[in-house]
Amino acid sequence: MLGRLTIEALPFYSWVAMGGAVVTILTVVLAAGAVTWAGQWRYLWVEWLTSVDHKRIGVMYIVLALLMLVRGFIDAIMMRAQQAIALNNEGYLPPEHFEQIFTSHGTIMIFFMAMPFLTGLINVVVPQQLGARDVAFPFMNSVSLWLTAAGAGLMGISLVIGRFSTAGWTGYPPYSGIGYSPGVGVDYWIWALLVSGVGSTMTGINFITTILRCRAPGMKLMQMPLFVWTSFCTSILMAFAFPALTVVAVLLGLDRTLGMHFFTNELGGNMMNFANLIWIWGHPEVYILILPAFGVFSEVTAIFSKKRLFGYRSLVYATMVIALLSFTVWLHHFFTMGSSPNVNAIFGIATMIIAVPTGVKIFDWLFTMVRGRIIFHPAMLFTIGFIITFVIGGVTGVLLAIPPVDYLMHNTTFLVAHFHNMLIPGALFGYFAGTQLWFPKAFGFKLNEFWGKMVFYCWFIGFYLAFMPLYALGFLGMPRRLEQYTNPDWQSFLLVAFIGSCFVLVGIFSVFMQFYVSIRDRNENRDLTGDPWDGRTLEWATSSPAAPYNFAVIPRVSSVDAFWTLKKEGSAYPFPEQYPPIVMPARTGAGVFIGLFGFLVGFAAVWYIWWLAVLAMVGGMTVLIFRSCNDHAEEIIEPETIMRIESQRKAQLISGGQSVAMGAPL
Amino acid sequence: MLSSRTVFLSKWLTILLALSLLLGCSMQSSPILYPKGPVAETERDLLFLATGIMLFTLLPVYLITFWSCWRYRAKGKGAYRPNWHQSIFVELFIWTGPLVIVVVIGILVVVYTYRLDPYKSLADSEQAFRVQAVAQNWKWLFIYPDQQVAVVNELAFPCDRPLSIEITSDTVMTSFMIPALGGQIYAMAGMTTRLNLKAYGPGLYTGRNTQFSGRGFPHMVFDVQSLSEADFDQWLERVKTSNNRLDDVHYQNLLKLENKHPVEYFSWVEPDLFGRIIGKYTGAKGALPLQKPRNLE
Amino acid sequence: MRPDILQQAMAEHHEECLDNREFGFWLYLMTDAILFALLFATYVSMFRNTANGPEPIDLFDLKHVFLETACLLTSSVTFGFAWLAALHQKRQIVMFWLIITLVFGLSFVYLEVIEFLDMIRQGAGPQASGYLSSFFTLVATHGIHVSIGMLGILMMVLQVMIKGLSPQVCSRLFRLGLFWHFLDIVWIGIFSVVYLPVFI
Repeated sequence: MLGRLTIEALPFYSWVAMGGAVVTILTVVLAAGAVTWAGQWRYLWVEWLTSVDHKRIGVMYIVLALLMLVRGFIDAIMMRAQQAIALNNEGYLPPEHFEQIFTSHGTIMIFFMAMPFLTGLINVVVPQQLGARDVAFPFMNSVSLWLTAAGAGLMGISLVIGRFSTAGWTGYPPYSGIGYSPGVGVDYWIWALLVSGVGSTMTGINFITTILRCRAPGMKLMQMPLFVWTSFCTSILMAFAFPALTVVAVLLGLDRTLGMHFFTNELGGNMMNFANLIWIWGHPEVYILILPAFGVFSEVTAIFSKKRLFGYRSLVYATMVIALLSFTVWLHHFFTMGSSPNVNAIFGIATMIIAVPTGVKIFDWLFTMVRGRIIFHPAMLFTIGFIITFVIGGVTGVLLAIPPVDYLMHNTTFLVAHFHNMLIPGALFGYFAGTQLWFPKAFGFKLNEFWGKMVFYCWFIGFYLAFMPLYALGFLGMPRRLEQYTNPDWQSFLLVAFIGSCFVLVGIFSVFMQFYVSIRDRNENRDLTGDPWDGRTLEWATSSPAAPYNFAVIPRVSSVDAFWTLKKEGSAYPFPEQYPPIVMPARTGAGVFIGLFGFLVGFAAVWYIWWLAVLAMVGGMTVLIFRSCNDHAEEIIEPETIMRIESQRKAQLISGGQSVAMGAPL
Repeated sequence: MLSSRTVFLSKWLTILLALSLLLGCSMQSSPILYPKGPVAETERDLLFLATGIMLFTLLPVYLITFWSCWRYRAKGKGAYRPNWHQSIFVELFIWTGPLVIVVVIGILVVVYTYRLDPYKSLADSEQAFRVQAVAQNWKWLFIYPDQQVAVVNELAFPCDRPLSIEITSDTVMTSFMIPALGGQIYAMAGMTTRLNLKAYGPGLYTGRNTQFSGRGFPHMVFDVQSLSEADFDQWLERVKTSNNRLDDVHYQNLLKLENKHPVEYFSWVEPDLFGRIIGKYTGAKGALPLQKPRNLE
Repeated sequence: MRPDILQQAMAEHHEECLDNREFGFWLYLMTDAILFALLFATYVSMFRNTANGPEPIDLFDLKHVFLETACLLTSSVTFGFAWLAALHQKRQIVMFWLIITLVFGLSFVYLEVIEFLDMIRQGAGPQASGYLSSFFTLVATHGIHVSIGMLGILMMVLQVMIKGLSPQVCSRLFRLGLFWHFLDIVWIGIFSVVYLPVFI
């Protein structure tokens, strides 16, 4: 009846694991309790969970990302603490728990922190930058969100029921095969990836369509803001790389569940196929994570240098080259598998070529700052911190792209330091900068700058303290994923790294402190005009927060920095006498239910509860079929409502000191 | 009088200096920075060379960053030109600069990837010394096919001859590495990979598996001894006096899951044991029997 | 609010939505094509990994495969007839051809299942070797797609019956057609990569 789910599944094997389970349950109970206490279930359901408004979906993505950031970071600091003390002793974590932690840290940070974070930013910003009223497929957007949340839910429940994978976030077989890892952990990993991966593929399709087909009239491709360009390339990578993840996860699942032999040691399986397939997805994934951050940096440098972006064309071409090349380099993740020097050399060179467009981008941002007037807003600090840190990661990346050097440094902490050096400054700093920049757009008030700077300095210093020692440890020959060690030379470095992670802890605390302080002082920091930074692109033309329809009058675009041009022409804020009605998609709970069924399918398949899996699958299909036969999934915003919202906006603009162009043509 | 701030700063500077000295001293034991063989040394030199070349982009980035942050800050002296957004000269510089560097390093990649191909026998007047390595849970078995002996968790070889290692795995994928002598290569069941290494002289090093392979992964280390001709003969004598013989039955015993297996000598080994271990997974005739995989989590 | 303005806004919105959906559907087909491409690549790379087990030459029956191919290709043609009828707004004929398509699709899946069961009975199931795992996965993934397509056809028959050939229904029919023809192309790939080389 319950498959292999028994009472054994509860984490009684270690007090730390038990603690994790208790904290998870408490968090859920407390959150549910708080909503009940405030009597806000209905508001939550109507205004948020069932919303198909891209801005709300984006915010929900980011909330999910921040929650998972905390969870992933707890994993990280636990690992650092273990390694700081585990010289010639077991440390405080039992080995099987340490192994689950390094796997879940990687899985969470990539799939459930970075992916939702960037998807959230894209959701909030891209349609507004395009001058669009919504994304191309608002309902699919909601499904993507809830499938991602379902995957995150599977990660969460693996803390309470059963265990998580110990095979690392890339889950290399044959170790992750059913023979060597008979537990449910790898299955949790597979299903969390599969469920959320489908969501990411759909997000990719959604934003390619949105960007190609929903631009404001007049906006040529070469006039799109840079963040749109990088989001576009990211979407392409999502749509075309994630099928590879789906394939590899399904094949591994078939090996494990149906006893097939894709990646087993015996009967003709070949684990080298796994390495190829997962990195055909995995390398583009790196650029999926980094490109949107590059877009944020482009917007931030232009705004906070009070200057037009330098080398727009170069930046666009560089982005496209990076996206294209990202599909041609996957083999560099396993130079040490014994390929011939021909193969290794070709992939090594292909990898290094990516350094060229990346270098170009760095210089373009620097030359945007040159001859500008730099304001050291937290977003700008993140950008400068990114530039000076990221280039170190670039150098170590090129080093690792040289096959003979990779033979030496592969699988050591040098590698760990390298990819954190790409992803923390390259991706996370970008997402933080984006949050600082666009928070007023989503909520109508600015974030506190003091705490913003705290976030930056703690993360910046913490990063150097935590990861520079890992570079050094790589030279000392320390492999990654080591739960205990005997070499006394390593410990002092690991202690420094632990101190670094404590700085990051303060950084994460500051993130939430910044939200708290800013919400408390929101009345002092209102953004009345919708354009708090003297912005250049169309998202600053809407009110903050934007009306459900974003633009009552869709702007016409004739140049890069469309909003800037409109402001110069004095036609940035049109208020016609009359508004036509606007058709918007209606809210729907179907996305939530599909996510729920996705979660149930995953959970049931992990525990071999096949009747539930089939039932949930049928349930999900039924919801989908009913929804897709629906011809009237929209609602109308009446001209009177628009008039009311827009006159409020006009009053706000005037009180914010903005001159308003009257009666601009429709 | 020193201001309290100066005192504070100097105190922290001293601590930082002491700490970096301490950390710096530990670097002395780095097997990669102080290699003990020609392969590792060439690989390290390549690493240094490439880093040096890349300083040509790294330094301009730092210079421009700090210079522009200073000069173009709100109260800076730099001219404010908000519409300056393109310059053929700058674009040319930023595209060709990185490109030239990548081309240079690309040439290094081609030259050195062929030169340091781990499968290539080292050019040497002496004939290579052959060893076969088998990854197990969680230990390494070394078979000396020419001497007909086998050793667990200890790899000894004469230091005046290059070392040629054939590697396979009788469990999950692992990675074989002796950092002081050169880079690593994966060990995979049913397949052979190769490493060709050499030591400059007699010495003791550590080798290990660097690819996570389950519970006993931290302990999957082995001693490496490069010995002079005479010492090696002595060592071989010691191995040959051992009472243990590595026949098929004893081999099954070795497959037990265990941590920290002590060094163990076998004075005799079944002929072609290495090939028959690989045969387990390829289904070759005469191979050892295949066991069910065991829980390594 | 004047109803004609409202209707116009609604119509514009619908038209835009349907255009977007068609575009998005092409993108979806591209992602699906990548999925199949990777399964093909896996199949080709595992072609020799029969692990001393059954070899493809002993397992495949050319006649059977030919019959399967004929069913699927014919179903594509009949779907085309349904679409032509839809263009002329002929509701009954659309339903007729859709049901014919469904029959051919069902026979295809039936033949495939028979083939699979036969192989499993001979001891050549997906667990027998890496080669057979990749064979079953590739061909069954296509089969599952066809089954989902048939579910779609069933839904379309019902929609045409109940709602008639409104622009929305026609757009859905068009997209389902794209899907159905795409599966045909994939099958031609399977035929020429999986079955044909064994007999040549």
